Amino acid sequence: MNLHYGAFHALHNVNLGIDENEITAFIGPSGCGKSTLLKSLNRMNDLVQTCRITGKITLDGEDIYGNIDVNMLRKRMGMVFQKPNPFPMSIYDNVAYGPRTHGIKKKSELDRIVEESLKNAAIWDEVKDRLKKSALAVSGGQQQRLCIARALAVKPEVLLLDEPTSALDPISTVKIEDLLLELRERYTIVIVTHNMGQAARISDKTAFFLHGEIVESGLTMDIFSNPSDRKTEDYITGRFG
Amino acid sequence: MASRKNVFSIILKVFVYLAMGVTVLSLAGILSYILVNGVKTFKWSLIFGKFSSQNPSMSFAIVTTCVTIFLTLLMAAPLSVFCAVYLTEYAKRGSKIVRYVRLATETLAGIPSIVFGLFGAIFFGTVLGFGYSILTGCFTVAIMLLPVIIRQTEEAIKAVPDLYREGSYGLGASKLRTVFKIVVPSAAPGIVSAIILSMGRIIGETAALIFTLGSVAQLPGSLLDSSRTLAVHMYIATRDGGAAGREVAFLTGTVLVFIIFLMNVAASYIGGKVGKDFEN
Ligand SMILES: Nc1ncnc2c1ncn2[C@@H]1O[C@H](COP(=O)(O)OP(=O)(O)OP(=O)(O)O)[C@@H](O)[C@H]1O
Ligand SMILES: [Mg+2]
Repeated sequence: MNLHYGAFHALHNVNLGIDENEITAFIGPSGCGKSTLLKSLNRMNDLVQTCRITGKITLDGEDIYGNIDVNMLRKRMGMVFQKPNPFPMSIYDNVAYGPRTHGIKKKSELDRIVEESLKNAAIWDEVKDRLKKSALAVSGGQQQRLCIARALAVKPEVLLLDEPTSALDPISTVKIEDLLLELRERYTIVIVTHNMGQAARISDKTAFFLHGEIVESGLTMDIFSNPSDRKTEDYITGRFG
Repeated sequence: MASRKNVFSIILKVFVYLAMGVTVLSLAGILSYILVNGVKTFKWSLIFGKFSSQNPSMSFAIVTTCVTIFLTLLMAAPLSVFCAVYLTEYAKRGSKIVRYVRLATETLAGIPSIVFGLFGAIFFGTVLGFGYSILTGCFTVAIMLLPVIIRQTEEAIKAVPDLYREGSYGLGASKLRTVFKIVVPSAAPGIVSAIILSMGRIIGETAALIFTLGSVAQLPGSLLDSSRTLAVHMYIATRDGGAAGREVAFLTGTVLVFIIFLMNVAASYIGGKVGKDFEN
């Protein structure tokens, strides 16, 4: 597929398969189009008026830019953004927002989902005593895990994560990485990261982006131990980027 | 050269202090003048007693003022908030309708209130047959306030970060839900302060109300009766009442100051409450 922002050609002939129950990592220098591709997977780019997409993206064989319910698509594809963006409401309401959106009203059911999601995002212990407090009052790293919990609460099939750990300390980062490895059993995960170590540690497949093109993609093991393209090698060994 | 710069900065400093002093002193002067003169004639019966020629009480005007504020906001606030939501969230950015509405609101905001009064008197009073009445007055002032509340609500909504909208859409929420569960609540403190500000406008309005609500000194029996708000009462008392009228006017002014003070306290309380869960 190709993607343009107005006259700017942001993604060139991208052709990529993402496999079920695996972690796929997008790596590449800033501005190369990783977030752009990620956002076109759940049609968040629809919100950008100048954005134009040609080609096809399919989920389970279904064209997601075809005749489908966008809101259902986004429910199936949970997204965590580059910048933590909790809503200006309580922690509980943040996590409950998604389930409520999809029609869950029962208090006990919501309580259960909120607790389970917060536990899954490894933040339950830190916030369990202040669920009714504003979500903006917690630290940036906690906010990001809260956003992961919020995404998990709608029971997505795919998780799209845009640099979820770039604002986190090493301990929470490890927690999130462990969490993702655990979630891989049940979810398909796509993660954008600037951290080569992270990509190597947790991903099964890696795609390397440069100037809006995918230079190389394949098994993470192969790419990191034996890159076939010189530019990939330079990037992952830190010679540029 | 250095000394010239120094002289300049001293002059500037003096000027800044002078400006501040003049502002504070004149405000304090006006306020204390009103309060001192108001307190001189203070009697409970003049405020809450029944109105008669022996006891020119303002109780009816207090009632009329409250009713007018309430009814006007009931008409203007929901309409303007929905209008602002449409303009910011639904209309295409820079589309024709947005530009025309913006031009209209800007023009309307600049028109003197007496012109609205004239229009209201003719349209609501004569054409629709409401005469001089609370209803006519409220319709007129509500129209006057539309552009004010719309503009400020628009600003408040535009200040809501796009990240919130993305977060909501990303969870599969519809546009309607995103707008009314996330965007509008996030903008609530700004919207509340816009509404409080327009309450001040209603309290202070005279020109438009004399033409529409009229100036009969009576406790209104229904919304189709004429009466006076406090501000109009003050104007009529000064104009027609001679020395005694001026005393009534000062006392009315004191009551107005007091009401506005109470309103501000209430506003910051409500603003704090609304803002607690939805603070930016
Ligand atoms: N809404 C937009 N309108 C126009 N151009 C955009 C828009 N969003 C992104 N771009 C452009 O598309 C290109 C790719 O951006 P993208 O955000 O996908 O980069 P990225 O790989 O995620 O970078 P980073 O690692 O810094 O997050 C950039 O050149 C950017 O300027
Ligand atoms: Mg990015």
